[in-house]
Amino acid sequence: MQTSPQFFKPGSNPLTRMFFFVLLSVFMMIADARSDAISEVRRVIAIVIFPLQKLAYLPFSLQERVEQYISDFKLIEEIDHLRHEYLSSRYDFFRLRALTSENERLRALLGAAKQTEIQTILAEILYVPRDPFSRKITVGKGSSSGVKAGQIVIDDLGVIGQVTQIYPWTAEITLITDKNHLVPVQIERNSLRTVISGTGRNGELELRFLSISTDIQEGDLLITSGIGGVYPPGLPVGRVTHIEYDRSHKFARIICTPVAGVDRHRQVLILTSSPPPVTEIPDNPESHASQTKRKI
Amino acid sequence: MHPRQNGKSRIRRYDYEIQEFLFPARKSLIYISLITAVLINLMPFDKVILVLRPDFVALTLLYWNIYQPQQAGMSIAFISGLFMDVIDVSIMGQHAIAYCLITFFALILYRRLRLFNAFQQIPAVLWILLSGQGVVFLTGILAGSYIPEWYIFLASVTGALCWPLLVFLLGIFRKQRIDRDEV
Repeated sequence: MQTSPQFFKPGSNPLTRMFFFVLLSVFMMIADARSDAISEVRRVIAIVIFPLQKLAYLPFSLQERVEQYISDFKLIEEIDHLRHEYLSSRYDFFRLRALTSENERLRALLGAAKQTEIQTILAEILYVPRDPFSRKITVGKGSSSGVKAGQIVIDDLGVIGQVTQIYPWTAEITLITDKNHLVPVQIERNSLRTVISGTGRNGELELRFLSISTDIQEGDLLITSGIGGVYPPGLPVGRVTHIEYDRSHKFARIICTPVAGVDRHRQVLILTSSPPPVTEIPDNPESHASQTKRKI
Repeated sequence: MHPRQNGKSRIRRYDYEIQEFLFPARKSLIYISLITAVLINLMPFDKVILVLRPDFVALTLLYWNIYQPQQAGMSIAFISGLFMDVIDVSIMGQHAIAYCLITFFALILYRRLRLFNAFQQIPAVLWILLSGQGVVFLTGILAGSYIPEWYIFLASVTGALCWPLLVFLLGIFRKQRIDRDEV
């Protein structure tokens, strides 16, 4: 603390200082885009921030507790409902089991790789940035819980995105709506394979380079095809909402909305063991959805 | 000379400067208020509140650089900018540039801004915040992203409207410290 009054400003004038810091920031931005040196700084700051993140989430987890406590009163009704549901889904289950064993036998006949059981980690969404440029979220599980970069994140409805950056207790997830994110998909109705990409806008995906004559309709569900080996097959990704045929272009403009809702949930599932690649991994690096490196 | 600088406001300005020189705010108060601002920025809110929520770190930095420019400064702004970059998962340096610009405007304008009360400061705060958001916007575009919706700038408007409340709240803490010293 200062004991005597200061009559002159210490240090240089604001303009010089601003130029110094702006230069430093520009240098950091370039370094961040070009190399991994800055990601160490990022990691350190993320560790410092973690307790604050937990603290900021505290009121929300308390609210969830209270809601859960209130909903305990409705348990009897819910148990009835669930028992009914259970009985009716029993039939589906038996059929599924029969189909699974049949499928395994057929796969064994074909000599294809066995599909492994997929393990999941439940994580809560800690932070959704307001920054319009980043389609990314932060969740409260990190490398200490076994999360690795490249793993797939889903909710109860479909694919949300992919883990792109991990810290000890938190992880960053790039959403499928990110502009540089590609997901290999197929149309559920006719198994037509293609690649879906984000547009950078919230709740909007795009199918590029599908010709006008392609068999696709509004309302078609797109599921992951499993090609590329990053995404396991069969997960719902999006639904076709708008098709625009422009005669002057070769390709149709097809807009889809993601099935999963990041803004509707507080919990997500991270798939920890992705299945072995069903088909050969193509050499084209574009189809690897994990490559979401930004360019400056 | 500023046209509004009559005798009364000159006294007020004198008063402020005395406060600043003789009773500088404790550095810890600045850090605590900044950490609180980061905490509010970290709250996981939903759609509408998320868009309307002002950047409290920017507001707090602006406050301290207007009322205690000797104690706050650009290095604090730069470091909190880096923290916000990690929190918002943006490019390292994006918020740092914006906060440095905000601090710069505060440092060249603080004498003039202190002549007005918190409500009269709202327009100035609005364009300072808008310039900060504009920098984030521009660097984002240069980094090769899309053009976002116009309504992200609403955060600056709500930020400017929150300004009197912030001045009042932080003023309470700052004045408390001054009173204790005088006793």
